[in-house]
Amino acid sequence: MTTGEETCVMCHLCKLADMQENLRSDWGDLRRRHGGMADESLFDFLHMEIVSHIYKEQQSGKEEMDNKDRAVCVSVLESMGFRVGQGLIERLTRDSPSFKDELDVMKFVCKDFWTKVFRRQVDNLRTNHQGTYVLQDNTFSLLTQLSNGKQYLDQAPKYLAFSCGIVRGALSNLGLDSVVTAEVSVMPSCKFQVVVQKL
Amino acid sequence: MSRQSNRTTDSKKMNSELFTLTYGALVTQLCKDYENDEEVNKQLDKMGYNIGVRLIEDFLARSSIGRCQDFRETADVIAKVAFKMYLGITPSVTNWSPAGDEFSLILENNPLVDFVELPDNHSTLVYSSLLCGVLRGALEMVQMAVDVRFAQDTLRGDSVTEIRMKFIKRIEENLPAGDE
Repeated sequence: MTTGEETCVMCHLCKLADMQENLRSDWGDLRRRHGGMADESLFDFLHMEIVSHIYKEQQSGKEEMDNKDRAVCVSVLESMGFRVGQGLIERLTRDSPSFKDELDVMKFVCKDFWTKVFRRQVDNLRTNHQGTYVLQDNTFSLLTQLSNGKQYLDQAPKYLAFSCGIVRGALSNLGLDSVVTAEVSVMPSCKFQVVVQKL
Repeated sequence: MSRQSNRTTDSKKMNSELFTLTYGALVTQLCKDYENDEEVNKQLDKMGYNIGVRLIEDFLARSSIGRCQDFRETADVIAKVAFKMYLGITPSVTNWSPAGDEFSLILENNPLVDFVELPDNHSTLVYSSLLCGVLRGALEMVQMAVDVRFAQDTLRGDSVTEIRMKFIKRIEENLPAGDE
């Protein structure tokens, strides 16, 4: 069992993302449906470049990034992911019946949604039955290209922010407001923690 | 690089939506960050270039295509192999210049833009500018300097999407200076 050396991403930074959530841009009429079949590697390439771009832009002119800069980057990536998650779940659940309870929703996310988006099912779902869930993916598709093991562990948070947003966006459209964080101790294994917000 | 190959049609399709939705989110974000469409187009092109210089390796590894003999062969490979592999479409290659150094790719439909609408205040946005950069970056890695631009764009009212590609020059491979 791993102890201690977990890099926690997001935490309170997700609340920053929540603030941006309501930022509807001029793109009110940007509607998306889909026609062709893009190869899955395209998303990987695009995602990596987006992360690189966001960090480069935030750093521009400065010698180094501070924690505030990093928080901004994570927040931007997370809110981009949020919109994507909403769009994805919308299409996926168009013909599905509604869910009977919260756990049902989470199971759907872990199986159907995760398979469609991250190409596999979640390996392990744990919950305290009080609104907190931990989704463990031992071969998280966005991390497999980074490393196996501990190399680049400090880079992992950059590449998880968007995915946290995707999960939060999907849950949001399924009626669950949540805070989603991710932890990595050994790549490419990843744990997403979902805390459902009670009104 | 390890990658799982669990591809069912459904999963491929959803990944397709993941890509196109992510691209849409990117364009939206850039429009927020930059003041004018021209700047957004430039950024998309630059990002595309960065993707292209890496994508070419993936392409060469997966397609086992050898070196192209001339620009005509390059055009065919781009349209029939690369576009097919990555976007699932096969544009037609037409409108060759007399000198044989310029041609068009005609896309009946562009997976990036299906049912995307540009709001009125973004009439000069070239939504798919990323593609230009990808092509440019990829070809540069195989020693070809090219100019790539959109001549027609369905998002801006044209009936098809036309990408115009012009061969500029061959790039000599740079030998590393000094000891290696």
